Parts: sequence; structure tokens; C-alpha cells
Amino acid sequence: MPNTTLILLIILLPLAGFVMLGIFGRKYFGNTSGVIATSLLLLSTALAFYTAYGYFFKYGKVDGMYQKLVPFKYTWLQFSPGLSIDMGIIIDPVSVMMLVVVTFVSLMVHVFSLGYMKSDERFPTYYAFLGLFTFSMLGLVVSSNIFQIYFFWELVGVSSFLLIGYHYDKPSAVAACKKAFIVTRFADVGFLIGILVLSYSSGTLDFNTLIANLTSPQTNEYKNAIAASFLGMSALTWGLILVFIGAAGKSAMFPLHIWLPDAMEGPTPVSALIHAATMVVAGVFLVARLFPVYAIAAPSALNLVAYVGAFSALFAAVIACTQTDIKRVLAYSTMSQIGYMMFALGVSKYGGENGLGYTASMFHLFTHAMFKALLFLGAGAVIHFVHSNEMKDMGGLRKLMPITHLTFLIGCLAIAGVPPFAGFFSKEEILLAAYQHNQGIYWIALITSALTAFYMFRLYFKIFWNREHHPLHEHHGEGGFSMMMPLVLLAIGAAVAGFIPFGHFVSSDGTRLNTGFHLQFSIAPVALGLAGIFIAMWMYKKQNAIPGKVAASLNGFYKAAYHKFYIDEVYHFITKKIIFNLIGRPAAWFDKYIVDGLVNATGNGTEDFSATIKKFQSGKVQSYAIYFLAGAIGLALLFIYIWK
Amino acid sequence: MQPGLYHILFISTALFFIGVYGFFTRRNLVTMLMSVELILNSVNLNFIAFNKYLWFDKMDGLFFTIFIIAIAAAEAAVAIAIIINLYRSHNSIDVEQTEELRY
Repeated sequence: MPNTTLILLIILLPLAGFVMLGIFGRKYFGNTSGVIATSLLLLSTALAFYTAYGYFFKYGKVDGMYQKLVPFKYTWLQFSPGLSIDMGIIIDPVSVMMLVVVTFVSLMVHVFSLGYMKSDERFPTYYAFLGLFTFSMLGLVVSSNIFQIYFFWELVGVSSFLLIGYHYDKPSAVAACKKAFIVTRFADVGFLIGILVLSYSSGTLDFNTLIANLTSPQTNEYKNAIAASFLGMSALTWGLILVFIGAAGKSAMFPLHIWLPDAMEGPTPVSALIHAATMVVAGVFLVARLFPVYAIAAPSALNLVAYVGAFSALFAAVIACTQTDIKRVLAYSTMSQIGYMMFALGVSKYGGENGLGYTASMFHLFTHAMFKALLFLGAGAVIHFVHSNEMKDMGGLRKLMPITHLTFLIGCLAIAGVPPFAGFFSKEEILLAAYQHNQGIYWIALITSALTAFYMFRLYFKIFWNREHHPLHEHHGEGGFSMMMPLVLLAIGAAVAGFIPFGHFVSSDGTRLNTGFHLQFSIAPVALGLAGIFIAMWMYKKQNAIPGKVAASLNGFYKAAYHKFYIDEVYHFITKKIIFNLIGRPAAWFDKYIVDGLVNATGNGTEDFSATIKKFQSGKVQSYAIYFLAGAIGLALLFIYIWK
Repeated sequence: MQPGLYHILFISTALFFIGVYGFFTRRNLVTMLMSVELILNSVNLNFIAFNKYLWFDKMDGLFFTIFIIAIAAAEAAVAIAIIINLYRSHNSIDVEQTEELRY
């Protein structure tokens, strides 16, 4: 059985770091805070690996099926015998995998930040926030209760907000953190209502009971939830769609993606950790957690997931081809890859061979965390070197930054799906799943994968080639050991993670899934990927006029993509013109003249009245005595002659 | 002639109004205090008289009177303390001079 104390420690060590550094960091620890936080997390990571080893190879499997274990459960709020908010830990293949991913990537980011944030004034605060984030994310992935997941869901939102706005003296960062918070919060309203609908129809908040109640057609809960219909869809479908809205907000799915590119205002290691590898996949994780319910009880909600995911993947890939800020390219690429994970879940069915999409999605989540964290940290190293985010300030860096160059190349190959790097395997599985269940999405995915290869290598050539010598002649180093070590480790991960037989460990129903390698099937995506790479090479390896010509020939479309298809403007129009003018202004008028008017009238009336009677308080003792006597006589007369 | 209840009530009423008159017209705080004592004593007289002539088998009026005397003593002590403080700050115990506590 799993060791509860050790699993609790995985989660609580980062929290201890947060509390310690948050309260005492700036006063007592100063520059040692980084080492403290990193060593706590190192311990946490080791425990996570130990737990994963124990779960996958020792006690997790019973009769060929990976079990859902709940080693720890504390009832926090009890509403009725079935309905309670618990704080618990659920151990199943997905959560164990996420524990490993989150702690490992977070550890890499902690180590990288030792170098990257070295000269920062608020160094301890930075590490405290990282600790808070890691704690919340770990709490999220092991949640055994749908309300607990909501709790940690908001906590990761808060830590993301804090870290995006880390440079709070920069107005753009402040605007970005507010935007991220408001957009995800807006989506979370959907999630909350979804939770209420689901818990109302299943009578419980506990994940295991909820899934059990809502997936077997014999139970009363299932019958009622299917029977209750609203606007042509069952209550259950609505609940799941609302939950998906929350997931889409956190995972930056169209049309709630607008916060993600702006979130790149945060320090680059933070982008690597939160806005690439871990937090943004929380939405995918949530859908995966409720996957049996989606797949069995509400296929139409799952279809929505698939189409939103596929559209977001293509949409973001097109935008990524035109951006010039390297972090924004990576941000759109993240959105595109999460789109992959979403539609992989969307096309999947529950159980057996048909659950390939589920395995593929989780596999892609795993490999994506590796290579995207690698790419972001590599971008961080580049930004640290040239002090700019813009592609035009880069170029020709391959000789100045050999390690970054090599690791970044591995990351690009992995995301482009070139064998034998990690992204190839996971992407093949996703494409295969899409091919088997939904041909339309398969074609979208295929185009997207070509685009992915193109924009990633555009980025790569623009940073490291494009010109012979970078103006920064003097070699001031790529960054120390602490910045290079995570890059190398993640590059190894990105190179070999694909060889893990993932289907043996993670599948939709816990059984072993053999994911074969299909040579004929792989030809098309690999060929398209290579084509994308060669086009990028042709256009960007040396400075030439081709990119300009291509952009000019696609004039209108290029401009639209460059301006992110004007989604931000649409939001602006809706909020400013429609919501502010039609709702905000009348409400403000009502508040100003009606509500405030009533309050002011009360105040003014009291003041006028008191002005006339305040003269009685003259300060003369004897006149008070006269009033008193007059009052006494008046009362006496009243009682004697009138109220006898 | 034996004095009866009415005589006593007459005296007490007279005392009461003398007290009230003094309280309203004097400017000296000590005199005002004395007027208050007159008012209280007129009440005492009333209590004693009614007790003696109407409910001579009871003692309530007597007790009330004793109470009032005790309270009057305490009140006089407080009032004199206030008057002394007032004199220290204003160099006067004229109520006309102490009108700061107003609107």
C-alpha cells in the first residue's frame, strides 16, 4: 500500500517552503532562499519518483488493472451523509504521472531560476510564490473531491496571477496578470455551476462515487440526470459542458485563450512552469479525471471538447507562425499542443482499444511538459543573454550559446514530431486515435502538425542562425551551471521520454493498452513535419527576402494572423462598447442619482432639522433646568388631566 | 393649635419653590447647590409627613428619607469637587462663565 505520510510530504514540502520564505524570506534568508526552496523541492521530487515507482511496479496493479487508491481522506465539511467536502488524496495512474511531471518540471525551474533570477531584488518572494504554485498544483492533481479540485484550481489561479504580475512596476505585467485572473475566473464560474449540477445529479462530491454513480445506467442518479433536460440536452451534458468551460479557461482554449500570450509578461522560468508545462494542462487533467462520465454519459459534451481542441490547435498554430516575440510564439505553440491533448480526449472512447485517445492525450501531456519546459527555459537563457524578447535582436547565437542551441534544437525536433524524439510518439498516437474516430479532426491535426514544425523551426533559425555574427561580440557566458543543467536534463527527457510504453501504465480504464508503432501511418505526419522544417530552413536560415514576399502575398490573412485574428479587439468591443455602455453606464447613473440621492437626502434632511434645534444646547445650566422643570410640569399635567 | 399634615405640606411646598427659585436665579454655584439641598429636603419633609399621618404603621417613608440624606451628602461632595475644579480652571464659580459645553 502507498505510504500516506510520504505522499502528504510531497505536497506539503513546497507549502512549507512557501510559508517559511513568504514570512521570513526577505528578513532572514535573503539569497539562500533559492537553495532552501530548491532542496525542499528536490526532496519532494525524490518522494514523487519513489511513489510512482511503488505505484506502477509494486502495489498499484491488482488483477491487471491499475486501481484508484484513496490513502488519505479528511472530511472537511459534511452537508448530508452522502455529500461532503473532503480533503483527500487519490492515487491513480494519471495523478501519479502528474505528481512526477509537476515536481520534476518545478525542480528544473527552481534550479534554472537560481541563475536566471540571481540579481533580483525580491528573490525570496519569487521562490515563495513558486512554492505556493507547486503546492497548489500538486494538491490539484491528487484531489479526491470535486470541490477540493476547485479549491486548488483557484489556488493555482492565484499563484499564476502573483507570478505573472511579479514585476509589478511594469504596467504591462500588471495588466496581464489582471487579464489572466479575470478571464480564468470568468471561466471558473462555469466550472462552479458545473460542479453544482454534477453534484446535484449524482448526490455526491466525491470523485469515485460521482463517476460510479454517473456511469452505470442502472443507478437512479444516472437515470434522473439523463432524463432531466434543458434546451434539448440532459442535465448531465450541461454540467459537463460547464465543467469544460472552466477547463477551457485554464487551458487557454479558444475563445478563452486571450490571457495566455499576455501571461508571458511573467519571468520566463515561470512561463515554463505555469504557462507551458503544468498549470495550463490542468484543464486537460480535469477532463481526463471526469473522462468516464464524459465518454459514457455525455458523448455530445465530449464532441464539443474535441472540436474546441482541434480548432484551438489549428488557430494557435497559424498565429504562432506570424509572431515576433519568441515567448509569444511559444505561448501560441503551447495553446496549440493543449488543443491536441483536448481533441485526443475528445475523440477517445472509454475502455480497451478505443481508449487510445485518452492514453495518447496523457502521453502528450507528459512529453509536452518535458519539451515545452525545455523550450521555454532555452528561450529564457536566450533572453537572459540578449536582454530582449524580440526575434530581430537575435540571430547567429549558435556559436555564442552552444549548449542552449543544442538543447533547443532537441526541443524543436521533439515538438515537430521528428522520430525518435518524444513528441513523435505521442503525436503519432494522437493522430492515430483521431484517424480511427474522427477523420475531419485528423486532417486538421495533420495540417497543424506541419505548421508546428514550420513555426518552431522558424523560431529556431531566427534565434540561432539567420545571421553570421551576433552584435554581442564579447562572450559573457550562457549562464552558469544552474541554468545549463536543467536544459540538459530536460533535453534528455525530451529525447527519450517517447520510449516509455505509456499505454502499459495509463489508460482510460486502468488496463494495459498496447500501443503499436505503425510505419505506414507515420509516413504522412513525419513527411509533413520535415517539409515544414525545410520550408522554415529555406526561408529563415539566411537573411533573405522570401519571408517578406510570402507575407506580402498573403497580405490580408497574414495581417489578421499577426493581429491574432483580432480576438482581443472583439473582447474589447464586447466589454467596452456593449457591457460598459449598455449595462455599466445605466447602472452607474442609477447608483449615482437614485441610490446616492436617497442617502444624500437622508443626510441633508437630518442636518437641516438639527440646525434648527441645536440652539437648545446652549451650555447654560440654568436654562437646561428650566426645560427640565417645564418638561416635568408638562408630563405631570399630561398624566393628571389627559391620561388619567 | 396642633400642627397637622397640611401645615407641613405647606412648608415643604414653600421650601421646594424657594429652592427652585434659587436654582434658577442665583449665579453662584455654591448657592445653586444649596438650592438643590432645599429641594431635596422639601421632598424629605413630604415623605416624613405622609408616613406619619397616613401610614404610621409602616417605615418606608423613613427609609426613603435616610436614603435621600445619604445621597444628598454624596452629591454635595461630588458637586463641591466639581466646583473646586471649575474654580481652578476658570478662577470663578459663576455659571454664566461656564458656557463652553454647547453646540
